[in-house]
Amino acid sequence: MCSLEKRGNLFILILTGQNGEHRLNPNLFSSIISALLRTKAESTSGSALVTVSHSKFFCNGFDLDWVKAAGSDEETQQCFNLLLDYLKQLVLAFISLPMPTIAAVNGHAAAGGVVLALCHDYVLMRRYRSVLYMIDFDLGIKIPEPFMALFRAKISGSARRDLLLSGLKIKGEEALKMGIVEAVYDGEEEVTNAVIKIADDLAKRNWHGEVYAEIRKGLYSELCDILGIASIPIATPKL
Amino acid sequence: MCTLEKRGNLFILTLTGEDQHRFNPDLISSLLDLLSQVKAQATCGSVLITQAQGKFFSYGFDLDWAKAAGSERGAAKRLQHMADLFKPVIATLLSLPMPTIAAITGHAVAAGFTLALSHDYLIMRKDRGILWMPEVDIAVTLPDYINALFKEKIGDASVRRDLFLRGLKMKGDEAEKRGVVKAAYDGEAEVREASVCLAENLGKRKWNGEVYAEIRKGLYPQLSAILGLSHKVY
Repeated sequence: MCSLEKRGNLFILILTGQNGEHRLNPNLFSSIISALLRTKAESTSGSALVTVSHSKFFCNGFDLDWVKAAGSDEETQQCFNLLLDYLKQLVLAFISLPMPTIAAVNGHAAAGGVVLALCHDYVLMRRYRSVLYMIDFDLGIKIPEPFMALFRAKISGSARRDLLLSGLKIKGEEALKMGIVEAVYDGEEEVTNAVIKIADDLAKRNWHGEVYAEIRKGLYSELCDILGIASIPIATPKL
Repeated sequence: MCTLEKRGNLFILTLTGEDQHRFNPDLISSLLDLLSQVKAQATCGSVLITQAQGKFFSYGFDLDWAKAAGSERGAAKRLQHMADLFKPVIATLLSLPMPTIAAITGHAVAAGFTLALSHDYLIMRKDRGILWMPEVDIAVTLPDYINALFKEKIGDASVRRDLFLRGLKMKGDEAEKRGVVKAAYDGEAEVREASVCLAENLGKRKWNGEVYAEIRKGLYPQLSAILGLSHKVY
């Protein structure tokens, strides 16, 4: 499922289990959301969160086997909708997290897995052995709001069209050129180390977590409107 | 504080003095007054250049004045007050019936960066001066109109994230490369010259100022709505 480690100021969320694909089903969703709640509860000024995985996949999207196992068309649709609800909760939890967040996309990310990566403030990726793939289009699955709003918030210009309408498997260099990721590295260890370094550097700025989260919400105001949350003005100025 | 000069078709608004040109209620009021004068005297072919003397374009709101309230709560209230007073300045710039250019020859920070970004074109020094949104560092959130301004003026999502969530101090060459400013030049004189040159070229087009302002508002619909600016449809 996932585990949460604390190393000094850093919270490290590790995606584990399920033959390495880290497919999103109610168990994994609950596990991640739970970990994020704990992170929020234990956060202080100067905290940061990194999300890593150590397998061929960062996250291969929704657990469609679980969905199909429901049986009838109506029941599979209900199960799918449940996963959409969970994904929405996940986006909400990340947007409100009172600290900088960085994703180490060490392996492939597809559909919901891309959403998971983009929930983070910064995304780093492997140059090879790692693609971003919005497979939804190829599977004939629509992308509902608020996930479209997340893409609009985080990705600019023609990169949006290329990610969502081209059905391309986007490798590291391309993702970097498109502005989807901050940096790419050759090896898994290099990505993880780079992510930890960025997290450390950001944590040293000792930001007020609650204000950071509200500034983030203001930055992504359209997404927050669609999620039904408002950003609160805070002024506790360190003058 | 600030002065207004007319040079042919050009209106030149200058933040004067060698200080940080901090926006306190008095300066904000003067700015609004001068911009209203510009609006009243506008004709076809008018252009505005906003510039500053010294090492600073503007370092933002007057935090000393805020602190002088004596308490944390009082300081927060004064900050909010300045943000509220500043909103009409941005609204006036957004609806100004002529092209506008910010000649940034020094640091443009927080509300100072906001003022600059409210212009149609930004020209900056490469060798000196930064653009910086320090709100994350001083633990204050941004008012809705500033969020909307940055969202609609800066297309690149990672630039907006770097400015707001990283408190990035952006120098001229990076600002030019990443599309935050139109151009960056080495030296104060070069920036002023380039601004005047651009202004003259734009002025020659003799645009109908009212139409120009309406098109501009249409470019930034969310910001215009938040600023209470109505948008005419012909």
